[in-house]
Amino acid sequence: MQEKSNARVAITGGTSGLGLALVREFLNRGAQVAFVARGRERVERVAQQHPGTHGIAGDVAAKEDIYPIAVQIAGELGGLDVLINNASDLGPAPLALLGDTDCTDFERALATNVLGPFRLTKALLGALTAAARENGAAAVVNISSDAAASAYAGWGAYGTSKAALLHLTRIWNEEMAPEGVHFVSLDPGDMDTPMHALAVPGSDPAVLKRPETAACEVADAALAILAQGDRQ
Amino acid sequence: MTSASEPTQRPPDAKLLVIDKYGGMTHMRRTSFASLLLPGDLVVANDATALPASLRGVHAATGCPVEVRLAGHHSLDEMRDFTAVVFGAGDFRWRTEDRPAPPRLKPGDRLTLGPLSATIERLLDHPRLVDLHLDGSPDAIWAGLARHGRPIQYAYVPVALELWDAWPPIAARPVAFEPPSAGFALDWRLVEAIRARGAAFVTITHTAGISSTGDLELDRKLPFDEPYRISRSTAAAVESVGARGGRIIAIGTTVVRALEHAASPEGRVSAGDGLATQRIGPASRLRIVDAILTGVHEAGTSHHQLLEAFADAATLRRAEKELDAMGYRTHEFGDSVLIERKAPLRGAYELDPCLKAIGHPGERELLGARAGHAPVQVDGLPDAFD
Repeated sequence: MQEKSNARVAITGGTSGLGLALVREFLNRGAQVAFVARGRERVERVAQQHPGTHGIAGDVAAKEDIYPIAVQIAGELGGLDVLINNASDLGPAPLALLGDTDCTDFERALATNVLGPFRLTKALLGALTAAARENGAAAVVNISSDAAASAYAGWGAYGTSKAALLHLTRIWNEEMAPEGVHFVSLDPGDMDTPMHALAVPGSDPAVLKRPETAACEVADAALAILAQGDRQ
Repeated sequence: MTSASEPTQRPPDAKLLVIDKYGGMTHMRRTSFASLLLPGDLVVANDATALPASLRGVHAATGCPVEVRLAGHHSLDEMRDFTAVVFGAGDFRWRTEDRPAPPRLKPGDRLTLGPLSATIERLLDHPRLVDLHLDGSPDAIWAGLARHGRPIQYAYVPVALELWDAWPPIAARPVAFEPPSAGFALDWRLVEAIRARGAAFVTITHTAGISSTGDLELDRKLPFDEPYRISRSTAAAVESVGARGGRIIAIGTTVVRALEHAASPEGRVSAGDGLATQRIGPASRLRIVDAILTGVHEAGTSHHQLLEAFADAATLRRAEKELDAMGYRTHEFGDSVLIERKAPLRGAYELDPCLKAIGHPGERELLGARAGHAPVQVDGLPDAFD
């Protein structure tokens, strides 16, 4: 399924790995795309390489960055149909046992993987519900991991934060589905990305999933939610 | 009346004065607003929020500090050309009427506004009011506003507002110049309660302008022309409510301004973009809106004048005494008033048997009373306030 869409889509962590693949995937499908990442220069470079996209420099883990990011997303796209909370922090790198994990690394993982998505979603909830009232549905996709469900030694900070994000997604969905905003967690699998290389150095890229493949699946899932709204 | 000086959008003790169509008054908790609704009613809010429209900077020719307050534009999507009010030194901690004038401005003057820069395009028959053009791409302007701009605020709130203080929960687009603050009364729990009553909730987008310029002469020109957008789904909801005989409750003056501007003589509203240019006051005939939930506005403001389309001046004077006596707080973080559009004059009852059947002045036929949810006692605080 390669459905075209003129949806307004915002993607965090959009300058590398799955996020960058998502920017390209949605752009190829005709969507209006805004992406967020920390490094200003990299944001500008990716925006230049992908004309029509809106690059936004900001750190979703920083409370004071959230509303400036939300102003730009809602302002530049004129509203929002799909939010993809993709930016993630691994916690300690290399991976550490919990007993060896610095609290600051743990806090950073929670700030990026749980608090950031919560704050940004909350700031953009008005935009998402407005889109749902007009078009039948809006979607929030939170990028998850099998570490959210399984207890892997060495993945304490990341796994705990992703488990929290998974539950956050479920509760958001319970509360906001009546407003037409549907929340899903998607686990893209082990991909050939910078984060995976950080977590599992030296793994063979050939056995890993291509981020482009995962991006296609994520886009299909998000657009399927919007299409359900169209049919109502 | 006292000003609400804390930037708390929904203080737990927020009060609501309900003024019914016969001028009867009731006090209640604002969180109980939904209990006034009947199945089939439609609540319409403004889903705009404020741009970070206050920009500190320097007038290049003189080196003088200035504060630019973006105050209007011609369309929701316009990001380069704005009408703006320019102040000299100082900030929001000064009362706007005490702010020094800006340096003498002339067309072509350059302003440096943090990461942004602008050119004065023309002067608008007042030393403080200009059209200005911001340099750069729309994305660069958004980024500059997001990082450098602050919410416009006034001296009665002494702490600097954060962007989230001026962002109502239902806000979808930062295209206004001040937040449509009646929407501060709403949260998701209240939206849920509105639906649970069998009423519907929709929004329009209206670029609420600034509420004060610090200059009486300039304030008399307020509100400036304000662009708005009405979505297809909202236009359809307004139409179907009219057909079913439900009531339309506007959350804030901006919603009244947009819906009444878009109204056809037959009382229909079409979807699309418009530019609200009209002034609404005692002589205005409301075609769409049946009641307004709004803040506590002081007499003499354009907001207050709009309320005279809903209730006569004598009723509003009585309301003001009531608000004063009960300690209601004014301004955007204050308490609220719900005003039902006044009933036709007594003589009209002779002509309209339907109206006669509903009731006549003197009967306490408040919003919601028909559904068995008569709100609390009249002329005194309900127990909840004790």
